[in-house]
Amino acid sequence: MKLNAKIPSGPLAEKWSLYKSTQNLVNPANKRKFDIIVVGTGLAGASAAASLGELGFKVKNFCYQDSPRRAHSIAAQGGINAAKNYQNDGDSVYRLFYDTIKGGDYRAREGNVYRLAEVSNQIIDQCVGQGVPFARDYGGYLDNRSFGGALVSRTFYARGQTGQQLLLGAYGALNRQIAAGNVTMYTRTEMMDVVLVDGVARGIVTRNLETGALESHFGHAVVLATGGYANVFFLSTNAMGSNTSAIWKAYKKGALFANPAFVQIHPTCIPVHGESQSKLTLMSESLRNDGRIWVPKAKEDAEKIRAGKLKPTDLPEGKRDYYLERRYPAFGNLVPRDVASRAAKERCDAGYGVGSGQAVYLDCKDSIKRLGKNLIEERYGNLFQMYEKIVDENPYVTPMMIYPAAHYTMGGLWVDYELMTTIPGLFTIGEANFSDHGANRLGASALMQGLADGYFVLPFTIQNYLAGQLSVPRMDPAKQPEFNETLEASREWNAKLMGIKGSRTVDSIHKELGQVMWDHVGMGRNKDGLEEGFSKIRQVKDLFWNDVRIPGKADGMNVELEKANRVADFLEMGELLAKDALHREESCGGHFREEHQMSDGEAKRDDENFKYVGAWEYKGPGKEPELNKEPLDYEFIQVKTRNYKE
Amino acid sequence: MDLTLKVWRQENRKAKGRFETYSLKNISPDSSFLEMLDVLNEQLVNGNNEPVVFDHDCREGICGTCSLFINGRAHGPDEDITTCQLHMRKFKDGDTIVIEPWRAGGFPVIKDLMVDRSAFDQILQAGGFISVNTGSARDGNNILIPKHKADESMDAAACIGCGACVATCKNSSAMLFLASKVSHLALLPQGRPEAVRRAKAMVAKMDELGFGSCTNTGACEVECPKGISVAHIARLNREFLIANLKP
Amino acid sequence: MASFLNSSIGKKFLMSLSGLFLITFLLVHLVVNSMILFDPSGALFNNVAHFMGTNPIIRVVEPVLAIGFILHILYACILTLKNQWVRPVGYDKQHSGNSSTWASRNMFVLGALILIFLVIHISNFFWKIKFTGSELLDNGGVNGVENVYLLVTTLFINWWWIDIVYVIGTVVLGLHLTHAFWSAFQTLGLSDNRWRKRLVIAGWVYTILVAGGFALIPLWVKISSMIN
Repeated sequence: MKLNAKIPSGPLAEKWSLYKSTQNLVNPANKRKFDIIVVGTGLAGASAAASLGELGFKVKNFCYQDSPRRAHSIAAQGGINAAKNYQNDGDSVYRLFYDTIKGGDYRAREGNVYRLAEVSNQIIDQCVGQGVPFARDYGGYLDNRSFGGALVSRTFYARGQTGQQLLLGAYGALNRQIAAGNVTMYTRTEMMDVVLVDGVARGIVTRNLETGALESHFGHAVVLATGGYANVFFLSTNAMGSNTSAIWKAYKKGALFANPAFVQIHPTCIPVHGESQSKLTLMSESLRNDGRIWVPKAKEDAEKIRAGKLKPTDLPEGKRDYYLERRYPAFGNLVPRDVASRAAKERCDAGYGVGSGQAVYLDCKDSIKRLGKNLIEERYGNLFQMYEKIVDENPYVTPMMIYPAAHYTMGGLWVDYELMTTIPGLFTIGEANFSDHGANRLGASALMQGLADGYFVLPFTIQNYLAGQLSVPRMDPAKQPEFNETLEASREWNAKLMGIKGSRTVDSIHKELGQVMWDHVGMGRNKDGLEEGFSKIRQVKDLFWNDVRIPGKADGMNVELEKANRVADFLEMGELLAKDALHREESCGGHFREEHQMSDGEAKRDDENFKYVGAWEYKGPGKEPELNKEPLDYEFIQVKTRNYKE
Repeated sequence: MDLTLKVWRQENRKAKGRFETYSLKNISPDSSFLEMLDVLNEQLVNGNNEPVVFDHDCREGICGTCSLFINGRAHGPDEDITTCQLHMRKFKDGDTIVIEPWRAGGFPVIKDLMVDRSAFDQILQAGGFISVNTGSARDGNNILIPKHKADESMDAAACIGCGACVATCKNSSAMLFLASKVSHLALLPQGRPEAVRRAKAMVAKMDELGFGSCTNTGACEVECPKGISVAHIARLNREFLIANLKP
Repeated sequence: MASFLNSSIGKKFLMSLSGLFLITFLLVHLVVNSMILFDPSGALFNNVAHFMGTNPIIRVVEPVLAIGFILHILYACILTLKNQWVRPVGYDKQHSGNSSTWASRNMFVLGALILIFLVIHISNFFWKIKFTGSELLDNGGVNGVENVYLLVTTLFINWWWIDIVYVIGTVVLGLHLTHAFWSAFQTLGLSDNRWRKRLVIAGWVYTILVAGGFALIPLWVKISSMIN
């Protein structure tokens, strides 16, 4: 398949405005003739549904949660980037663009990323307008903090709950459109499949999670905003319900899946504590503003700490190894996430870890001394409280223990500049697409991308598509064979799962999958490990399809069936992830192949052979997917080796 | 730890529910309350029984999905947390734990411990927003907001919509939930133009949906996982009175 | 206005206003009654009581007071009735004591007890003074001033269980007031985190003063009669 990203021509800084001024639009009277389906109510989904509703389209918005406000964007803590340069520290749209491309290890498109940086400022204005209570300084002006991978302070925040506040802003806008009758909301409803009519996306099949009823919904266009697939690792910072099913079903209907191996392992999460653990909790990257990361310099000290014979607070300064500051003097504790995660793993693997051995310290002692406990509490109070509740230690007194955990997926459905997948009429926004973060996402950029896509990009680009669909009437799903066929297929799929009647719970199999993924397709990947992982995933998949047990019935509320549906897709997804990781014979961003590293352990990229987007095409059950390549041509910036040392 | 659980089971909205008793062995005090329920469900499914249905999602105390009335208290025996942040170290070996769904006319039980909180969405749809179309906002720094106001607004905006306030209130009143939104927006200059309409519409919707009235017992703020103060209810009352004085 | 009074907050507003009115009345009532303590001859009390009974302002306020009582009681019934329906299925186990005071949860019960006490109280004094009259009132009255002092003290001295009823009545009233005072301001929107603390303290001071004061009077009368 020939991939056409449809990047507008012209100078980088003018591409987006050129596109907007020449694209096709839909006139106001015609807008209400169009139905648009939006799946997901996170930052991308809610902002898109609300904005499309404001424009006058008829929107149907779906979420599996009991309310749109629960989408997992709510859990984003640290902040959102924008190139406002309010701090007068030399920021600009170009610098934000450049930092994002560089942070992504030169595996993202210039055109998309520049557009992202360009609309970032509007996002802040929009959110302030909605009443998002961003932090202010004493003069009443907006405050900023610093995040990894940047030399400027460009991150706007609302305590440690920025994602929550932004999502509640978008949810407010969505509520306004629901009240106005432009958006119809379907909660506790999970998408089962995409419906194609003559190769064009025309709707979805859903399952009502309360009644178990399968239903069809028509839309002139379908927008997927269903987030990432980090739960393929079972233990991740994602919500329990976060899943890959919507984009996976789209992939199986012909949408290409790009860069599935690009998974972000977040460096600052609360370490795993035991077998019954169900998820990992993130400690915001913003803590690295005021916290210093260290392990003991001597292995003996690390051993003593692990054995509980030595308290970290008793270890003198000279015996601590602030390894990020040592290795990366220029960025110090604020190196990008992939770099920080690998450095932590390296120290722990070498025997310097604390806690269970799989943990390092994040120490705010110096900042507490410098700024006072009150200020630290004001900035991170909720995070410290969260830590104390989970670990039962007071982080104001003793340093926090942290360890990397699966957090975000840069990969996702392949989309062009208009955010449309390779299926006409099927759009994908937010974390669910692959577009803007390359091989590694910088902190505070996920919120930026989600809202950029939903507020300022999709509402324009979707019109360029819809302008050509005026002749397509509203379809009645009941009278359309394609809808009935898809609905039947979903029914059979559920029946097949229910019919296995094995002996294993869904969760126990999901845990097995997660362990395989973490061990073989996690932070440090190599050929043998990936191949072994690949065959192990297949074994777990066989186990699932032969031995899973789902009590109850399909026609009614059945949480085990919901989970089984998601895990079935994760099992296939995991295979593709491993396959992509195996094919990419280089290290870049979050994808680290141990065979490809510098003598000092840094990632070794191979621009000659791998400077492309790897987009996988589904070829049918049991068949090998086909790799399509979209070359990444850098017209405007010079591709360099990432360097956070000087 | 070994525990005895007394759990509310109810087949669907219309069915009559009942308590079932389960015993659990070897629960780690470091696991969370919901992880303990995961173990119970694992046990139930292994015995070919239907698992206990309960709402949960982010499991880090922010999405507001988890609920549960545990041993007579919303979100269980700890302060300033949601159920997912409650850890088993708060219980003793051999304890009997009673687990009930939120009880309120406005929150009908869907199944077992899962309730329908869509009334909260409806209250916010009535006016819990600022009407600003995408793209029409002016520069964020053109609106100056004194730090103490921004901070107080944020205190109110921290509401996660879990419903503990309603569940714990003897009158099932939704006033703290409503007040947190009204107060959040009323404190910001952007929120002022719609203040009158917002207060009236949201209070009317709350009354319509069958929540009780506030008798200022203050139980809501104690059980609120985000510690939202009833001072915001005073502001709501003020906003509502002023709204009714204006034509 | 109709929609305002139909709203939950509107009804509460009336509760709060009438409550604050009654709170003010109680204070005036206490000041008048405390005259019993300062002049054992009863002349001071009788004169003040006479003044209060004949003063045109008070005569006007009297029916307003009655309306205040009626509104407070009526809306308490309306709100409480509605609040009975909002939780069709109750909890098997609820630890309310952890999050709120007993008095705040039982204002209606306390209010009902106060109402019973009020009936006793009115039949003891107000009813006799106003309508039926009593020999005691005419006994020793000077210049049309009725001897209310004699009526009051006779009752308190002759029947010890009346004293107990009055003390219990003031305790119940006090419990009601511990929650009522701050709550009234809260409902009117006249509270925030700073003022709340002050209002709660003011409420306690008021409660101790009023409930303590009213309890003191029958005890004082009875005990001083026993000493003499």
